[in-house]
Amino acid sequence: MPFDDILHKLLPPDLTRTPYYRSLLRNIVLTIISVSIIPMVVVSSTLYLQFRHSYREKVNDHLRELVQKHQQNIDNFLQERLTDIRLMAARNGHERLKDESFLQRNLDLLQQEYGSVFVDLGVVNAEGNQEAYAGPFKLAKAHYGDADWFHTAIKIDFVISDVFLGLRGLPHFIVAVHSSASHPPWILRATIDFVAFSDLVNNIRIGRTGIAYILNREGKLQTSPGARPMPADIPNPLLAKALWDNMSAGGDDVRIALKKDSSGQEGIYAGAFLKNGDWLLIYQQNAEDAFADLDQSFFIATVIMTLGTAAVFLMAFALSRMIVIRTAKADEENKLMGQKVVETGKLASIGELAAGVAHEINNPVAIMVEEAGWIGDLLEEKEFQDGKNLEEFKRALAQIQTQGRRCKDITHKLLSFARKTAATAQDIQINYLIEDLVALSAQRTKFSMVEVKTELEEELPMVRVSVSELQQVFLNLINNAIDAMGNKGGKLTLSTRAQKGFAVVDVTDTGSGIPAANLNRIFDPFFTTKAVGKGTGLGLSICYGIINKLGGRIEVASTVDVGTTFSVYIPVSAGD
Amino acid sequence: MVSATQDETGRLRLLLVDDEVGFTTVMAKRLTRRNMEVTMAFSGTQGIQTLRVKQFDVAVLDLKMEDMDGIEVLKIFKIMDPNMPVIMLTGHGSEKSANEGIQHGAYDYLTKPYEFTELLEKIRQAAISIKR
Repeated sequence: MPFDDILHKLLPPDLTRTPYYRSLLRNIVLTIISVSIIPMVVVSSTLYLQFRHSYREKVNDHLRELVQKHQQNIDNFLQERLTDIRLMAARNGHERLKDESFLQRNLDLLQQEYGSVFVDLGVVNAEGNQEAYAGPFKLAKAHYGDADWFHTAIKIDFVISDVFLGLRGLPHFIVAVHSSASHPPWILRATIDFVAFSDLVNNIRIGRTGIAYILNREGKLQTSPGARPMPADIPNPLLAKALWDNMSAGGDDVRIALKKDSSGQEGIYAGAFLKNGDWLLIYQQNAEDAFADLDQSFFIATVIMTLGTAAVFLMAFALSRMIVIRTAKADEENKLMGQKVVETGKLASIGELAAGVAHEINNPVAIMVEEAGWIGDLLEEKEFQDGKNLEEFKRALAQIQTQGRRCKDITHKLLSFARKTAATAQDIQINYLIEDLVALSAQRTKFSMVEVKTELEEELPMVRVSVSELQQVFLNLINNAIDAMGNKGGKLTLSTRAQKGFAVVDVTDTGSGIPAANLNRIFDPFFTTKAVGKGTGLGLSICYGIINKLGGRIEVASTVDVGTTFSVYIPVSAGD
Repeated sequence: MVSATQDETGRLRLLLVDDEVGFTTVMAKRLTRRNMEVTMAFSGTQGIQTLRVKQFDVAVLDLKMEDMDGIEVLKIFKIMDPNMPVIMLTGHGSEKSANEGIQHGAYDYLTKPYEFTELLEKIRQAAISIKR
């Protein structure tokens, strides 16, 4: 798993090898990440969704208001133009308006008032023939009998037509009033300038892509696109149909819909009916554009989230790494401390036990040895001198005495291990002691093919010790070192150094080393790896007892098949 | 074999004061076999009582007994018979009390558990030193 690989690279190799620290690291990292990121994601997404909802509401409300306003404006515009025509027809009557110069004056008045909105005026009879015309085109005798607006006007008395090209070949639409009450019935029609009308709609613009237009029921554009380019698929009959369906509820309501256009871009559409449902005012904008602020805040939120997540990850890794390393260090220290405490306590109680045992065993053994001596005395009697087993008796007695003395030696050592009283102490320079010992062991080291090297610190402080006891300690360590190097020999280094109130002697061999399992036990009385009868297992216990009594300590560092170093820390004497 | 004796048989008269009966008994037997007249006392009191009724050439006195402090017994011995050498028996690591004994006139000391030959040697030396 890559996650684990990354984790493992975080730790020092010795910790990576320990499954406990690996899983500890993993758990801490996962915990930190989950407790930091989950709330962050939940809070951020809740806030974002909430924000998005209200922002969209706001945008929609804004659009609704905008479209509604324009819907009213346009409807009002159309109604007003219709009313203008209607009033003109009612006020002036057929006869006067048939007079082209009168009609022209009326057109001039309208144009004065409304600018170029009204392009021309015409009076049409019931058959569709134009009786009078005022305007820039030559349409005096035009026939409108086949025009849609004409039929509608005849039917329902007034009309606002869709945009069409008509006879003049330019897009326009007609506002017409049918005066059916007069005889003969006649129609007053006006042409509304397409551009002027389009401007009403083209003014509606928001953002980069906002655009407004009007569609009729066939989906045809009723406005010119103006300066802003129309979307490619407008007019689009299908889209128009969909919008019409969507808008079919009609009324004053503004409908807002989100739809994808043919290029897959999402657009927001706001629509409202005009002209009693004949036309549809549509405002459309790319969703991206409409919600640009929203997208920007989403982007900012995403960036913050990403940075936050990255920071959480970094922190999780760094913190966990620190915690695990510290834990490992603390564990290590605890382990060492635990060992040391156990050792001191253990050795103290073992010492008391050993002393007790030694005392109890001493007397019986002494009696046994002496009784054996007594038997030896008696064997001198003449009556035994001729016994055929005399020699065997003597041998057995000698053996009893030998073994008894061995017991005594052991108990003697045990007692010296446990003994609390200080032997006579004197200030000495350890270097001299070491040199003496090297000379003393020369025979044995030579025999064992051991090369002895000394590295003595010349500025070594004096220590207050019992020379004989300290000799015992170092002889023991030297003998152990020689034993550890076995038959093939090796190198024995004796070095001294001063360290913070201690004179330290390192006894280093290139022997077989001490397995980790044994390291804790080497100072235990009777712990020995030597063959039965070859060692009592008391040597290091006694060393420990002596050094401990001095207020010093012994440390061991050992690697199997490489060698062992015993470091003896002896406190320097107070006067030094 | 022993030069300075006051026994009519020429044997050295030895007082062994030690409450360790088993050890003392075998030592007494072995010493007797080496031409000594050995009297055993198994407590300080018993030792003093024995010295009251009989004279001895050498005494061997355990310093650590149940009933009395060996040093006190030594002092009394020295009052009763100032010329009698007293060999003290001390426990392991009790060199301090041995020194104290020497100061109070003890001839020498042996550290327990001692061996027969050591004891024999000390007794012989003590016997030679007798100034009577």
